[in-house]
Amino acid sequence: MIELLSPTPPGWGGTLLLGLLHSIEIAVGATCVGLLIGTGGAYGKLYGGPVVRDLLAVYTTIVRAVPELVLILLLYYAGTDLINQVLTAMGYQRIDISGLAAGIAVLGFVQGAYSTEVIRGAILAIPQGQIEAARAFGMPPSLLLRRITLPAMLPFAIPGLANLWLIATKDTALLAVVGFYELALATRQAAGVTKAYFTFYMAAGALYLALSLISNFLIGRVEARSRRGMPSVKEAR
Amino acid sequence: MAGEATIINVAARTSLWLQPHRIVLILIATGLVLSAVFFMRWDWLPQYYEMGLMGLWRSLWILAVTCILGFLFAVPLGLAQAAGSIWVAAPAKAFCTVIRGTPLLIQLWLLYYGLGSLFPQYPWIRESWMWPYLRQAWPYGVLALTLSFAGYEGEVMRGAFAGVPRGQLEAARAFGMSRWKIFRRIWLPQAIYRALPTLTGETVLQLKSTPLVATISVIDIFAVSSKVRQDTYLTYEPLLLLALIYMTVTGILVFAFSRIEARIPNKVG
Repeated sequence: MIELLSPTPPGWGGTLLLGLLHSIEIAVGATCVGLLIGTGGAYGKLYGGPVVRDLLAVYTTIVRAVPELVLILLLYYAGTDLINQVLTAMGYQRIDISGLAAGIAVLGFVQGAYSTEVIRGAILAIPQGQIEAARAFGMPPSLLLRRITLPAMLPFAIPGLANLWLIATKDTALLAVVGFYELALATRQAAGVTKAYFTFYMAAGALYLALSLISNFLIGRVEARSRRGMPSVKEAR
Repeated sequence: MAGEATIINVAARTSLWLQPHRIVLILIATGLVLSAVFFMRWDWLPQYYEMGLMGLWRSLWILAVTCILGFLFAVPLGLAQAAGSIWVAAPAKAFCTVIRGTPLLIQLWLLYYGLGSLFPQYPWIRESWMWPYLRQAWPYGVLALTLSFAGYEGEVMRGAFAGVPRGQLEAARAFGMSRWKIFRRIWLPQAIYRALPTLTGETVLQLKSTPLVATISVIDIFAVSSKVRQDTYLTYEPLLLLALIYMTVTGILVFAFSRIEARIPNKVG
């Protein structure tokens, strides 16, 4: 069993670790894309015109009501089709989209819907006076976003965003169904070749669990930092 | 007087809701749907109609069974974490952490391919009454989804049990209720009231997890749509219909839960 998991061939540990690396890459990318969409979406929902608001409501409702697996399939086919159609219309050759980019784009689109709601709630939780004070000082909107809104909403948004990050790490496993090479697919391959199904799925579970626990620890540190200077709820009680 | 107020309210609400830009958006959406109906290929529908209904029935059945069983597991898990000694609280906590920290897909494959490949090695399992079931795929799917729901809901129930005001439990004890009766009449119902809004969300999440059982060859509605795609070489039509079906079921679930929530007295404590 130990030989099967050793990092150098004939062991399959290296394959699993490479898969884990791909999973982390996709999760980090998807979370970044999701945060960008989420910030834009939250701004659109809060300050946008009526049309923007309704379109964003449709986006968040549909994405949150349809299973991720179905969305991944739909977006993957629709996205690659669309890009290739645009390219052929402009007179270029069709291209193969890399699994990494497609995975990040698809999961990021899904993450965006969830983080829109998280960030919208967090922006609403900022004490009004802070934003009004910044406006009264004549801060332009971009500076206001960078210096006041984003840092001030962080402590309210981090618990929700942490959940989303954990969901993103676990959703990468779904990409195995579409054939992206990441931890779940690497495990499936290793288990299929060696027939040691139980060993490899346990190992993969342990790797995902370790990723979650390490993330939890790091997120706790980030949250404590984002809350610096704020009164602690524990002391108030 | 009350009737008048409602009429004004309804009028105000419709005028707010049907603003000009919304009418345009609805027209565009209708146009998209109609063009999907007329320009995409739907001639395969009659052929797969019955299979689709069977698949939908299986998805819903798996959803119902795993939610009910999972909730029954979640109550002791939550209680152990909220009020148990460390000897029961720690294993319950560990179970919830492991379930929530690993992808459902891996749990499913571990049970089906992992355990499923271990079982045939033991003759006593092969000769027992369970073997006809253990040879099929759906018991593993139901088990994995049940454990997953129990893990997530166990955390919710922990918070719900801990959130019941102490005064209510003390009052029940002062009335001379036995511990079991306090749990049955006061603690559990109050905790369920508190957990209900979260329970709606968890049930929808569980519905969205059910297509994963298609990866271990259970023929649910997702597997039917995959079969249609393989047979007809159509990419979008079966997937769009599938998304519509899931959205409809989600809508019905949310509506049903909101009706149940409305029946519960909301002045708690």
